[in-house]
This record gives sequence, C-alpha cells and structure tokens, in this order.
Amino acid sequence: MPSWISSPRDFWTGLVYIVVGGGALWLALDYRLGTVGKMGPGYFPQVLAVMLIVIGLISLVRSVIIAGEPVSHLAWKPLALITGAIVTYGVLIQGAGLVVALLMLILMGAAASREFRFDAKALVGMVLLVSLCGLVFVKGLGLPLKLIGPWFAPVLGAFGLAP
Amino acid sequence: MEIFDSLALGLTTALTLNNLLYCFIGVFLGTAIGVLPGLGPAATIAILLPATFALPPVTSLIMLAGIFYGAQYGGSTTAILVNLPGETSSVVTALDGYQMARQGKAGRALATAAIASFFAGTVCTLLIALFAPPLTELALKFGPAEYFSLMVLGLVASIVLASGSIIHALGMIVIGLLLGIVGTDVNAGSQRFTFGYLELADGISFVVVAMGLFGIGEIIANLEHEATRDVSVRKVEGLMPTREDWGRMVAPILRGTALGSVLGILPGGGAALASFGAYALEKKVSRNRAQLGKGAIEGVAAPEAANNAAAQMSFIPMLTLGIPANPVMALMIGAMIIQGIQPGPGVIKEQPELFWGVIASMWIGNVMLLILNLPLIGLWVRMISVPYHYLYPAILCFCSIGVISLSNSPFDVYLMAMFGLLGYVFKKLDCEPAPLLLGFILGPMMEEFLRRALLLSKGDPMVFLTRPISLTMLILAAGLLMLVLLPSFSKTREVAFKEEVG
Repeated sequence: MPSWISSPRDFWTGLVYIVVGGGALWLALDYRLGTVGKMGPGYFPQVLAVMLIVIGLISLVRSVIIAGEPVSHLAWKPLALITGAIVTYGVLIQGAGLVVALLMLILMGAAASREFRFDAKALVGMVLLVSLCGLVFVKGLGLPLKLIGPWFAPVLGAFGLAP
Repeated sequence: MEIFDSLALGLTTALTLNNLLYCFIGVFLGTAIGVLPGLGPAATIAILLPATFALPPVTSLIMLAGIFYGAQYGGSTTAILVNLPGETSSVVTALDGYQMARQGKAGRALATAAIASFFAGTVCTLLIALFAPPLTELALKFGPAEYFSLMVLGLVASIVLASGSIIHALGMIVIGLLLGIVGTDVNAGSQRFTFGYLELADGISFVVVAMGLFGIGEIIANLEHEATRDVSVRKVEGLMPTREDWGRMVAPILRGTALGSVLGILPGGGAALASFGAYALEKKVSRNRAQLGKGAIEGVAAPEAANNAAAQMSFIPMLTLGIPANPVMALMIGAMIIQGIQPGPGVIKEQPELFWGVIASMWIGNVMLLILNLPLIGLWVRMISVPYHYLYPAILCFCSIGVISLSNSPFDVYLMAMFGLLGYVFKKLDCEPAPLLLGFILGPMMEEFLRRALLLSKGDPMVFLTRPISLTMLILAAGLLMLVLLPSFSKTREVAFKEEVG
C-alpha cells in the first residue's frame, strides 16, 4: 500500500464500489433506457450504477485525505474452508445424498477451526449431527432430499438393497 | 369499541391450539439459538426461516414473531451471563448485567430483564393495536410518489441510525438495490443481471442473501478471532428479585418503555439507539446513578425495556406500510412475500385475522417468554457453555439444508457461499450488511413506484415535490442527510455509539 493512501479501509471499499458499479453499468448499458416518463428496464439500474461509482470515487478521495485504520489481512484459511465446504456440499447433495454431503460439509467446515482435532469425540458429534439433521429435516419435516443419493445405487444394489 | 373486537379476533386466532404450539416452538427455538454467543436476532431468524415455510401464513408469521422475541431475550441472557452481546442493542445490558452476574446476582438480573421486556412488550402491543389502524387509513391514501419518497426516507434514516461510515452505508444500500433488481423485469419481461442463468430469472432468493451475509459471513469472521473464550458460567440461583429490586426497577422500566416506543418507530437502528438512550437517561436521572456500571439493577431494567419496546414498535411501519425498519423486519417481509402475502396497508383489510393474530401473538409470545425462560435458565446456561468449534458446524448444516429446501437447487447453495464470502469481506471493510439487506428488499418496490409515479406524471419529476406528503418526506430525508454530514453532529453520533461501549 503506497504511503499517500492514509485510510486503506476507504481505499478498498471505494475500489469495491467502483468495480461493482462499473460492472453493473457495463451490463445495464445493454438494457433499453427508455424515457423518464416511460422507463425501460435499463433506467433504474443505470442510475444506481452511476450512484455507486460516484460513492466509490468519494471514498477513494477520502482515503487520501483522512487518516484511517489499516485493514487486517483476510483470514484465508477459514474463508477458503468454509466457502469450500458449502460448495462441496452443493456439488454432492443431489448425487451423493444428504448423508455424504453433510459429512463432507462438517469435516471441511470444522477443519477451519484452530481447535479442530479429528478424535473420537468429534466423530461421535459428527454422527449425531448428521442423524439429527436426517431425522428432523427429512423424516420429520419431509424435505424432498435423498439420504443416500443415486450415485450409490450400484453399490447398494450389489448388496441387494434398493437405494 | 372496534379495537376490542379486533383484539378479540386476534386473540381467537392466536389462541388456537396449533398457533399456540408454533408460537411456543418459535419462542423456544429463538431463545435456544439466540443465546448462542455471537448470534443476534437477525442471524437467528435467517437460520430458522426455512422451518416456517411449510406452515400456513398466519401460523408461520406467529412462529417468526416468537423466534424474534426469543432471539432477543436469548441475546440478553448471553450478554448478562458471559458478557458477549450478540447485537448492538444488548451491548448496554451487558454493562451492568454482567457486573450483577459477577456479584452472584445473575438470576435477579435475568429476571429483571425478563420482567422489563414483558412490561414493555405489553404496552407496545396495545400501542400497535391503537395506532396501526389509523396509520393504515393514511397509508391507503398513498400513491406511488408517496411510497417512493417514504422509502427514500426509510433508507436515509437507516444510515443515520446505523453505526459506521455514512458513505459506506450509502454504498451498501445501492449494492442492495442493485442486487434486488436481479431477475426478470416485470414490465418489459427482459432479463437483468442474470448472466444467462435460468436460476436467476426469478431473482435472488432473499433467504440466500440473509443466510449468507448474516449466517456464513459471521462464522468466517468469528473463526478469524477465535479465542478460547471464557464461557464458564457460575450456577444461576436466586431468580426472584427482592422487594428492594422491585422498588428500584419500576421507574427505569417506565422511562425505558416510553423512550423505546418513541424511538422504535424510526426506521433504522431504533432498538440499539433506544437502549443506549435509556442508559444515558438513567445516568442523568436515576437515584442510584453512582452505581451504574457497577451492577445496578436500573442499568438492566431501563435498556431492556427500551430495546424491547423499540423492537416491537418497528412492527408498525412493517404492518401498515409494508416497509422494513430494520433487518429483522426485512426478514419478516421476505417471509410474508414467500407466503404469498403482499405486505402493505392492504393486509389489515384483506386478512384481518392475520393482522390481528400476529399482534395478539406478540403479547402471547411475551407471556411465554416470561414463563418459559425463568425455569429453563439452566438449559440456556448449558447451551452457552458449548464451545464455538462444536457449534458452528451445526449452524453450517442448518443453513445448508435450509437453502437447499428453498427450490432444491444446488445453485442457491453456491450463491449462499458467495454471499458468505461477501459478508466477510464487507465486515473486514467495516461495511454493515444491514443497509444492504434493506436495499435488497426495497429495490424492486422502489423501481416499481418510481416508474409508476413518473408514468402518471407523464415524466415530470416535480411530482415528488408537488404532492405534500411526498414533499414532507423528502425534506425530512434531506434534513437527516444534511444533519449527519454536519461535522458537529457526526461527532456526537460517533460518541453516542462508542461512549458506552468502551
């Protein structure tokens, strides 16, 4: 961070606003603008996008003028593991079923904690949590989720069990 | 008296066995999740929202209201017992409440909080019943121009009363408004900001945004500062306040309720402002002001009454105008829309049993809180002592299952992960997610009202200034904005939010 930026927080926020606003404006320019009295689908988003860019610019200017606090580093490990765990769950939920998807979600999610240890206690907790979710949401509330998904149909079939 | 007929209708709706049961489940679950450290009412409601989808509209709103009161009371419990307030409005309660707990008076502090909340809740239920119908009459006269100006006022007020940088809050609102218009444009039928994804044609689900920002984002932020927290709570005994306690809490409860009911109607952070204000008031007028901060019962009674009163009063703009005053009400409106109810002044006429049933259930919810919480305190204490690394995987599971239950599409799950990431980054940059959520809810409505107003006026923007109600609201909004931009006021505002916390 160069020294003439005295408020990094305003700088980064301004940058985020300008990027989001700019992106929105670029997309919204394709939508028909219409007139004030007969607004097209592009009118409101274009106005908003320009507002956001202006707000971002003000924030950038502020970042040079006022003194502010620095932004601490992103905590990459929890950030990557938690979002990764949810995405993995999303990939698995329909094919592999709720049980496997939740197990992966809990394992990856829990690994984000500094206190994480894969021991007997954690294992019991995990099994309990998955069974509770299965019982309450699928059996109790009747959500249309498969406990064991179609991916495992051949395996189950080999043991003579219907999936 | 018409009002008594209406309240009777409400009571008969709320007192059916089924509704009572769900009100109870709501209060219970709300408290259970709300006591967990770091989870405020907005996060609690976002997590539990999917549990209400399968219910009929009245029942689901009654359950949600129950969750709301439960979560709020749960938050105070955590603030008192372990000094970990889940949201800004219980920060003040933690000051004296935690001191009382350290002096072995935790039971009495908890009872005081419950009694103060109950009293404030009862008064405000009556106030809502009195004022909601005339306000609805007024609201029925509103045209699109008035609605648009009212929303502008609401959004501006939410910035003034929120803590943090004003310019950043403005940006968050605009991002929220932009996110709100993702999907098919109702007038032209064209797709906006969908990137070709069919899943986005109906817009982003409100639950996904709320869960991502408040649930997942919060988890990531908490893990960053994961410290081995001292959550060892002493045994809570001696629940009944002494005769002296009763004497000392009456006046602060009355003052807190009065202040909270007035501030609560304001859009924005009414509840937080009310509890800070009530504490400051006690510091000026209380007979025992010297003891405030050292475990004075007044320091629990006044802010608890004020914040409960304010929280309850924020139902007024929601029920009469369909406009959310804070993220919790935004969640309520989201739930109503999912249930197929168009929030706004029409609700009272078209669905009186829903309108009055929800109001009556507020009072019933408060009664349940009082009877439920005092005996169950042992259970809550045990929930608080569960370490965070056992807790958040469960929250992850509930959010993930909740999101997939919306439309059975993994797309929503990926979106939630993205909003979780955004929520964390915004938190890092000190941008509060609450204004974004308000903007998100209001976005489509604002565009529609703006469009209609200008269509009716044949493109003349003066329509917002020539109609008196609309003009008044815009003047108020401009005044508020000028006020915050004045250096002297912004300093006071900063002090008001920081003074008591430090």
